Amino acid sequence: MRQFLVFTKKEFYHILRDRWTMIILILMPIVMVILFGFGISTEIRNARVAVYDPSNDQATQGVVDRLSTSEYFTITEYPKVPEDIKTMFKRGKISLAVVFGEKFYENLVHTGEAQVLLIADGSDPNTASTLTSYASRIIMQYQMELLGFENIPMQINTEIKLLYNPTMKSAYNIVPGVMGMVLMLICAMMTSVSIAKEKELGTMEVILVSPMPPILIILSKVVPYFVISVVNFTNVLLLAVFLLEVPVNGSLLLLYFVSIVFIFVALALGLMISSVAEKQIVALLMSAMGLLMPTVMLSGVMFPIENMPIILQGIAQIIPAKWYIEIIRAVMIKGLGISGIVKELTVLFFMSFVLIAISLKRFKIRLE
Amino acid sequence: MIRYLLEKEFKQFGRNKFLPRLVVGFPILVLLIFPLVANFDVKNINLSILDYDKSSYSQQLIQKIQASGYFRITHISENYNQSLLEVESDDSDVILEIPSAFEKSVSSVESGRLMISANAVNGNKGGLGSAYLLSIINDFNEEIRAEILNSGSRFRAPLFEIISIYRYNAALLYEIYMVPALIAMVITMICSFLPAMNIVLEKQNGTIEQMNVTPVTRLNFIISKLTPYWVVGYIAITSSLIVADLVWGLKMQGALTTFYLFITIYVLTMSGFGLVISNYAATIQQAMLMTFFFVLTFIFMSGLYTPIENMPDWAQILSYFSPLRYIMQVMRMIFLKGSSFVELLPQFLALAGMALFFNSWAVYSYRKTSE
Repeated sequence: MRQFLVFTKKEFYHILRDRWTMIILILMPIVMVILFGFGISTEIRNARVAVYDPSNDQATQGVVDRLSTSEYFTITEYPKVPEDIKTMFKRGKISLAVVFGEKFYENLVHTGEAQVLLIADGSDPNTASTLTSYASRIIMQYQMELLGFENIPMQINTEIKLLYNPTMKSAYNIVPGVMGMVLMLICAMMTSVSIAKEKELGTMEVILVSPMPPILIILSKVVPYFVISVVNFTNVLLLAVFLLEVPVNGSLLLLYFVSIVFIFVALALGLMISSVAEKQIVALLMSAMGLLMPTVMLSGVMFPIENMPIILQGIAQIIPAKWYIEIIRAVMIKGLGISGIVKELTVLFFMSFVLIAISLKRFKIRLE
Repeated sequence: MIRYLLEKEFKQFGRNKFLPRLVVGFPILVLLIFPLVANFDVKNINLSILDYDKSSYSQQLIQKIQASGYFRITHISENYNQSLLEVESDDSDVILEIPSAFEKSVSSVESGRLMISANAVNGNKGGLGSAYLLSIINDFNEEIRAEILNSGSRFRAPLFEIISIYRYNAALLYEIYMVPALIAMVITMICSFLPAMNIVLEKQNGTIEQMNVTPVTRLNFIISKLTPYWVVGYIAITSSLIVADLVWGLKMQGALTTFYLFITIYVLTMSGFGLVISNYAATIQQAMLMTFFFVLTFIFMSGLYTPIENMPDWAQILSYFSPLRYIMQVMRMIFLKGSSFVELLPQFLALAGMALFFNSWAVYSYRKTSE
């Protein structure tokens, strides 16, 4: 046991004395949470709009007023001729153009029909359809006010309730994802690289001839990263709760428990890579390409899994982070208990057992 | 002298087992697979319907929703808890509640009420899902109103006619939006981070000491390190253009010369950035971590996923410091809108300024003396 502690201490020194690595390991998750949590927002805000209004009458003024007072839109341009709109799009100055017909109010009163044209920059499809749908909703609302409610019979009023995330904060979506990414990065990548480093430098030989049982050697390699991961998880959690105001609706204990299971999975993956890789650069590339990329791309953090082709959806199922992130979302944000995550938890447990078994079995105690 | 250095670098590059394959395979792989993955299309929204009314109106509405193609109706019942449970287990994304006496209240010239509850953990899906549903309901509203009014009184309400047009990507295809941005990603990886790794590798192996004691100047050394990656970078870019055209049917609207001009200035910027990293990192491990951190930050601040206008103000200001922000905009504008050089001048100046900044920093921080 004393031996083991000495070895663990050695590993801690390795990490703590490498200033850059230390800074990045602790700071990176914090910066990631802050940047992604605040920076990424699917909520439309201040979209720049151009208004072409040849009529300039009571009704068009009303529409323009409504649009500019809404938090979604900022009217930045008033083109003189409709042709200018094209240049504005090409310079990327606007994302939506509102074009009124001539004699708008007159037409409305006399013929009962007046035209509003919404031209959206469709190059970003989601923003374009959200913008047009918000703009039409605002215009419709104004129309009802202008003409009086009683003039439009048989109105269906729809009330929209956004569950779990009423202010549409992207942090709710991002925080669980960052947790999965950070733990995977630190445990798998760092473990595999630190073992490969000893191999590359030849110091692994020294360690292997010591009287320590090989299993304890591996454990001593793994313990520091385990500790750092738990610290990082706590940091991310604290930031999420106090800075980003993402609630922890479920049990904190359950969150930690699940995270520790996931950390085991990631550590086992790191060990597996290190048993194959003899060089640091190989270990790095293998964990970056083999673990990090699939985690970022296929875990459902950034890209919705259900839109992917069926083959990629299948691959997504074997990515541990996918299950972990689902659990975190369910427990942290939806506030579900253990009964709500039985399936995901079982999968994660199964993965951790299999991976730990394989990685311990494959760890070579002999030099080639 | 630089000729021999270049010869050495190209030979080293060619003899590496991994690098040539990476450089050829990476752009093609990214452009083939990424557009399939990075698809934020909101389709197949799982909808759970609570129909307390069970009238012909509610039936018509449900049919209309089904016909729209956006929704997959998972469940029709009268049990709110059941629906909520489905949302909790992610089997449903949106709940539509049709209260009892819905038809009666609508047709009696009063107003009817509907209730949409959307799972907003994924804000994009929740928001767009309810927006789509709302527009279907509005259409439905118009239809029944027209039906009743035409058969009944002669009354006709004056209406705004709202027409929506989507320019530059009329079919609203997500791939078309992503592919130009991905080309920018490819060039970022190949032209800035691979050469940085290469220099750090020499440091780590100690061979940089040998370079330092030769009469090779700093500039020559750096140029010889960068040139091979510039060459392969241009090959990679050209091959990704071909993939974009053949696989995704994306034809460039703007001029090819503008495109290559921007690629060149961007390559200069990012190479400079890579050099800065290589000057500060002592080991591959450090270089990788720094790279990972900065690239991720740049990507998130670049508007690749969400429009920059949506960000809070401080993040928008930060985004001005991400070179990727400019190149993303430029790529999309050249590809989709056919913007000309004059229209893209602000972006060009920003990139040129950054290129100057990073390269001066790189030259300043590079030392031939070892510590």
